[in-house]
Amino acid sequence: MSATLIVTRRSLLRYVRTPQLIVMATLQMTMFFLIYRYLFGGAIRTVGMPYVDYLVPGFIATGVLFSGIGAAVATAEDLQQGFIDRLRSLPIARSSVLSARAIADTLILALAAAVTVGIAFAVGFRLHGSALDGLAAFGLVIAFGFAFEWLFVTMGLFAGNAQAAQGMGMIVFPFAFISSAYIPVATMPGWLQVFAKNQPLTYMVDAVRSLTLGSHAQALLGHPASYFVIRGGIWAVAIVAVSLPVAVVRYRRG
Amino acid sequence: MAIEARGLVKRYGKTRALDGLDVAAERGQVVAVLGPNGAGKTTFVRAVATLLRLDAGTLRVVGHDVAKDPGAVRRLIGLAGQFAAVEPAMSGRENLEMVARLFGVDRAAARRSAQAVLEQLDLLENADRLARTYSGGMRRRLDLGASLVGAPRLLLLDEPTTGLDPRSRIELWQAIRNLVEAGTDVLLTTQYLDEADHVANQVVIIDHGRAVATGTPAELKARIGGSVIELHVREEGDLDRVAGLLGPSAQIDRSTRRVTIRVDSSRERLTDVLRSVDAAGVELEDISLRRPTLDEVFLALTGAGAVAEASAA
Repeated sequence: MSATLIVTRRSLLRYVRTPQLIVMATLQMTMFFLIYRYLFGGAIRTVGMPYVDYLVPGFIATGVLFSGIGAAVATAEDLQQGFIDRLRSLPIARSSVLSARAIADTLILALAAAVTVGIAFAVGFRLHGSALDGLAAFGLVIAFGFAFEWLFVTMGLFAGNAQAAQGMGMIVFPFAFISSAYIPVATMPGWLQVFAKNQPLTYMVDAVRSLTLGSHAQALLGHPASYFVIRGGIWAVAIVAVSLPVAVVRYRRG
Repeated sequence: MAIEARGLVKRYGKTRALDGLDVAAERGQVVAVLGPNGAGKTTFVRAVATLLRLDAGTLRVVGHDVAKDPGAVRRLIGLAGQFAAVEPAMSGRENLEMVARLFGVDRAAARRSAQAVLEQLDLLENADRLARTYSGGMRRRLDLGASLVGAPRLLLLDEPTTGLDPRSRIELWQAIRNLVEAGTDVLLTTQYLDEADHVANQVVIIDHGRAVATGTPAELKARIGGSVIELHVREEGDLDRVAGLLGPSAQIDRSTRRVTIRVDSSRERLTDVLRSVDAAGVELEDISLRRPTLDEVFLALTGAGAVAEASAA
């Protein structure tokens, strides 16, 4: 356990001591957020609530995917630059290096999500449910984030170098955009709806959204919060159940 | 024994990175594994460092079987790979303390051993600067430090001086010699023959995943026999003519206008060579009789292609 903490600390230090990384990431995220909020948002119809209230949960939940690319790249870099070899040659548990990565990146993700929430409230986002539901929604984003970290760590281990990891990260785009995150699925062509309605991110986005919408959730989404939370949760568990053992095997093999 | 490797085989798909490699390294020595790119040097170091699963063979490191008890091996080794695997966003001191802590010692002990290593490697002055501000040579030294901070019995250095300027190389060689005096065994890989010649007590030349020769640098030089006659011709056009006079085993180096030939009974042969070159009317800049270099040993054992690759790198 202490080895995990020591390696986690290193990942976090690397992040906080590279301010240009934080500034760029925050600027980019804020820019896209404002583009959706003020530019595209005006053209998107969401029945029964302002678009900003529809957008924010989706934007934050999909942020998990985009920040995950960073985890894949960081993992690939550690592998490429021999850092993982060094750690593997030390008398520490094999699990500690991968766990440290997942924990560190989840913490970074939580920080980014908290910043986005702050900006969201500043540009007019409001909770329709209780504050407790709001906190639960935030917790859910972090939990989904932790699940996805394992997928991205696995990706990074297989990519072997930063550029390849970045390239593999492109796979997040269809999942992020062909979902309910930014626009109601009903506005898509029928064949796209089939994918959009059934892919994990839509369940996760709607799980987070249903908790922030309070009584509007049932009317807008057609199901109560529990419906989405359970399905999103099952997807999250499934993602970990598949990617964690694959990551461990890949890591052991070297 | 520091390392006992017998019949190591490691396959990656169809290629055999290690193909029946045998290495025996005594304690108290610097052992250099010398070979061209792709000879299997890094694979061997990774096997010793418990980083990969071998397909066949037995490998014991400081008395422990790598496959059966990798944990014991990990407590006794320090690894510095081909890249300086230090965290650029941490200071030199923080890097060393982190690795020391990962060896399971408490904070105070980690601080002490980091301090000792910083002194030993002459990094104290820059200890509290972030490693990303270090020069290449300093980074390498810090990386070496990270492999030392756990007080290993066996230090593994994979091409430790690749990419370093000549001065940093010499400094690193000195650091390695000091370590051996202090009781650490060292296994290093290198493509540089002079490096093996300078720092190693024992050299293992490997090619295509197999050991092709083992011995002290002097033994290896003696092994290809006798001496070398080297002729430096004035006109490039004479190179082939001179090589023709010397027979099929003559080697031509066009860039330096030299022809070399290995000879057994050196004195008579030198007279013969001089006489025939003179009779052919070739003008010489210089002629010399000398012991073969490790380069020539390498060439004789692994073939010309390999050596050209190694010296180009």
